[in-house]
Amino acid sequence: MRICSLADLAPGVALRVDTVSPPIAVFHTEDGEVFAVDDTCTHQDASLTDGWLEGCEVECPLHASRFDLRTGRVDAPPAKRGIRTHAVTITDGDVHVLISAAEPNLPPGVSY
Amino acid sequence: MSTDHAGTAASGLKSVTIVGASLAGHASARALRAQGFDGRITMIGDEVHRPYDRPPLSKEFLTGRATLEDLALEADDEQLDVEWILGTRALSLDCPERLVTLSTGQSVRSDAVMIATGSVARRFDRMIDGVHTLRTVEDAVALRADLVPGARLVVAGSGFIGLEVASAARALGVDVTVLGSSQWPLSRTFGDTVAATVQRLQESRGVRVRNNVIVDAVLGTDRVTGVRLSTGEQIDADVVVLGIGSRPAVGWLGESGLDVRAGVVCDEFGATAAPGILAVGDCAAWFDPIRGRAHRIEHWTDSRDRPSISVARLLSGRTPRQGLRPSYLWSDQCGSRIQFAGRLLGGEELTIEAGGVETGDLLMVYRRGGNPVAAVGFNQTRLMAQWRKSLTVSAASVSPPATVPVAEPLSQPFGA
Repeated sequence: MRICSLADLAPGVALRVDTVSPPIAVFHTEDGEVFAVDDTCTHQDASLTDGWLEGCEVECPLHASRFDLRTGRVDAPPAKRGIRTHAVTITDGDVHVLISAAEPNLPPGVSY
Repeated sequence: MSTDHAGTAASGLKSVTIVGASLAGHASARALRAQGFDGRITMIGDEVHRPYDRPPLSKEFLTGRATLEDLALEADDEQLDVEWILGTRALSLDCPERLVTLSTGQSVRSDAVMIATGSVARRFDRMIDGVHTLRTVEDAVALRADLVPGARLVVAGSGFIGLEVASAARALGVDVTVLGSSQWPLSRTFGDTVAATVQRLQESRGVRVRNNVIVDAVLGTDRVTGVRLSTGEQIDADVVVLGIGSRPAVGWLGESGLDVRAGVVCDEFGATAAPGILAVGDCAAWFDPIRGRAHRIEHWTDSRDRPSISVARLLSGRTPRQGLRPSYLWSDQCGSRIQFAGRLLGGEELTIEAGGVETGDLLMVYRRGGNPVAAVGFNQTRLMAQWRKSLTVSAASVSPPATVPVAEPLSQPFGA
């Protein structure tokens, strides 16, 4: 699915896409790479789009678990499960995302 | 050699004992493995449980929305390869021998010891039925059983634990009075301006808050019937929670020769004066270059993050070059998410940067000499993440005073 024009997503900026379920987060890193992952932290209901982007990692804005945007892996508690990653392609200056077929790791009590 | 992969071969260490199996102990084991240590790790815990997360005990676990399984700190795919000795207390530490003696009579000798015994809640002499402290999962289960609709709860102490318990109890239909000794709830943490906002938040959910009062005693013979204040005034209660602070769990180190007057005194990297003995988490008082003295930080994120610094120090014998982020803490109470980042020494200037006192979405910034040093937010998650980022950058530019004592690097493996 087409997300946006790359020109509309500045480096260091994240975009939450809630037209899909569960919502995804698209990050444009300072190094110019674009990644897409599930937007919801696997520990508790928090939007990673609101988090702290540093290199290829995003830190959850609530309890500071960090997710690697390349692999979805989490570095430390309280989150124990990684997030899904979604394939990103840039075509004609547009960001496209292919939503993963894997099951999302949603936090307890959260469903979409 | 980088400190990230200073493994067993480089340090000569073959075995590490971690005393304390909670957040900091677990983080220590994780850091040892992440940094390439492949020797023996023995983990000693006085509780019967594998490491679990404590913050939810006063929040979603207390209200029954989370289970003990939800609270586990270990991930399913975690391969720490640790020898667990749980439900067992450490009784003493012989530093030169790095020998930990246990309540079972057995003892564990190793090349290094990481002390992570945390803290214990302050209690009254008379802990009769209905009087609770909140530190362990068992404490939370016992308290929950007493929080029946219509019960009268008195919380002694207006710190984080007391206020979060008050909030959870209101959600369970309990009548709640908080009795605090400070000017406002959390005023020692946040200053009066922000603390007054905390009080309004609690009152909006029907919590009665009284400040500047000292609880002297619990009343009742077999079961609590109330509390008595220092003024002699008596307040009836069916349940009492003591949230009156904690002390470092260092009693077992009395004969060790370590300086434990304000927690286990350490250098900037968690190393004590005794070779091969380090301390992390709530029980540890690391040298703080900004305060110029050892200081105990009892925040969850520090307990989780600092052990990797100590482990790098232990494995490489050198002092890792990594700046510590400003402290960060959060508190969920009365439907509001309070977040704080930074470091307060007192006397900072406060300004409202976003939102407002009345709208419940306040963000305030503390400045010292015109420079931002801390921020606090109420339901301002996104802005707080941005402030944490900028506070980290500004903290990195603070150079420590020239008089910081640097511990001698280890010239040879422990026990050599």
